Amino acid sequence: MELHQAGECAVMLYLGTTTSPDISARVQAAATAVERALGEHLVDLVPSYASLLIIYDPLATDHYAVAERVRQAVAGLDTTGETDSREICLPVYYDPETGADLEGLAERAGLSIQEVIALHSETEYRVYAIGFAPGFAYLGQVDERIAAPRLATPRQRVPRGAVAIADRQTAVYPAESPGGWNLIGRCPTRMFDPDAEPAMPVAVGDRVRFEPISRARFLELGGELS
Amino acid sequence: MSLEVLQPGLMSLLQDRGRFGRQRIGLTTGGPLDPEAHALCNRLLGNDGNATVVEVSFGGLVVKATEDTLLCVTGAPMPLRINDQPRDMWRVHRVAAGDEIALDFAESGCRAYLGVAGGLRVPPRFGSTATVPREKLGGLNGGKLQPGDVLPCAAVSSGTLRYLPRSYWPHYARDITLRVIPGYQQAHFSRLQQRRFFSHAYTVGERCDRMGYRLEGPAIECDIEGILSEGICFGAIQIPADGQPIVLLNDRQTIGGYPKIGAALSLDVARLAQLTPGGRVHFAAITPHAAHNALHLADHRLRNLPLPEYRV
Repeated sequence: MELHQAGECAVMLYLGTTTSPDISARVQAAATAVERALGEHLVDLVPSYASLLIIYDPLATDHYAVAERVRQAVAGLDTTGETDSREICLPVYYDPETGADLEGLAERAGLSIQEVIALHSETEYRVYAIGFAPGFAYLGQVDERIAAPRLATPRQRVPRGAVAIADRQTAVYPAESPGGWNLIGRCPTRMFDPDAEPAMPVAVGDRVRFEPISRARFLELGGELS
Repeated sequence: MSLEVLQPGLMSLLQDRGRFGRQRIGLTTGGPLDPEAHALCNRLLGNDGNATVVEVSFGGLVVKATEDTLLCVTGAPMPLRINDQPRDMWRVHRVAAGDEIALDFAESGCRAYLGVAGGLRVPPRFGSTATVPREKLGGLNGGKLQPGDVLPCAAVSSGTLRYLPRSYWPHYARDITLRVIPGYQQAHFSRLQQRRFFSHAYTVGERCDRMGYRLEGPAIECDIEGILSEGICFGAIQIPADGQPIVLLNDRQTIGGYPKIGAALSLDVARLAQLTPGGRVHFAAITPHAAHNALHLADHRLRNLPLPEYRV
């Protein structure tokens, strides 16, 4: 564990240096402990793969006090073993119709489209971080056989719900945006809905599974093909 | 009761203090680029510090009052006219139904704040009215003000008319110093690179917006290209592969993987955000302790500025 001053009102807590479920579980546990320890002096928390950015109110406390309380809070932390996280299932219509890069990715990997779909949907993922855009959840790790680098030229428009792969990460685009990830399907579940409570179906630390669905089922669940 | 937008100017956004506590779902904070001017606008009007005002970037805003209210404009000098009569900024004015309020283009700096007594009444999203166009969130409909927009507010016929004496008006210089807390990733920047960063002037480039200000000058080399994505705090100074620093502002992404050489003091970032392309920036290293003291001093100063009453 390492703790550094990150700015006038922020400290950065590192709980590891790589992407792994264990380290992610530690980030989760630390987030809960720090939230309890800092109480109303806490302004915001940004958990990521192996770190936790802690933002505090600099007029109510100072970096010495925050560092001390964070150290104490995480010292007694049970960081062994998996914390109990939720499992969320997201339906995906995998098809060249919704996944413009599905055929190319299969070809490069020397696999059939069915095999790519199987490898993507039979892996259990973990939400490592949320960022880039509201509700954009970074899920890992994708099976090495279907890992694919980002496109050389990002697309101007990736539709909402697009399921995509970049390196060993996968994600569902929460809103229409530009994007450079490889598209393999489309999910009808809204990943970010400002009018819903909660606004996101997943949180950092959750486990996610993808369930292949038919075109008909996709449309039935409210999926859009445009 | 409302203000009706006749001309929105180049970019006018509704802002309260910002959206906090939602970075875990990827929502950035938004909020005023110049928090001091935003705070003083609300203080002069006797408003809550989190009241919603219009942040006017560059100028060109024209609004019409549909009922009586009190109005105040603070921040970068954008000549203010009420019914074509010049009026002081940093001063609360009584306006009547039908009055037209116009802000010309900024003579120096580029952000001003137009507020009314009681604040503008728009429903908060995720606890805040701050507009973040990139997220299509906040304000009236998640974007900049448009002609014909109606900004609801309360009808106010009486209240205290206050002003900030001219000797306290901020000066928006074209050449500023950003105090920087050197970052924990500084091990990736050699002593020479750090010295280069702190001893040269940088220029504000064309790519400057509410997400970040890109600065141009001697390239800073870093011995890594990227890091495992992590949270980015306000004022963080990223060094991408081309070595040109980017100071991250209110609408920054919440996480990112560029190495950071340090984080600038918010008080100075507010001055940076008042610069337009061509503005000059120097960096000076300070300790976290000195930063903490500076914040307390600024807070004390802000709370103790004399805001005398005047009568008409």
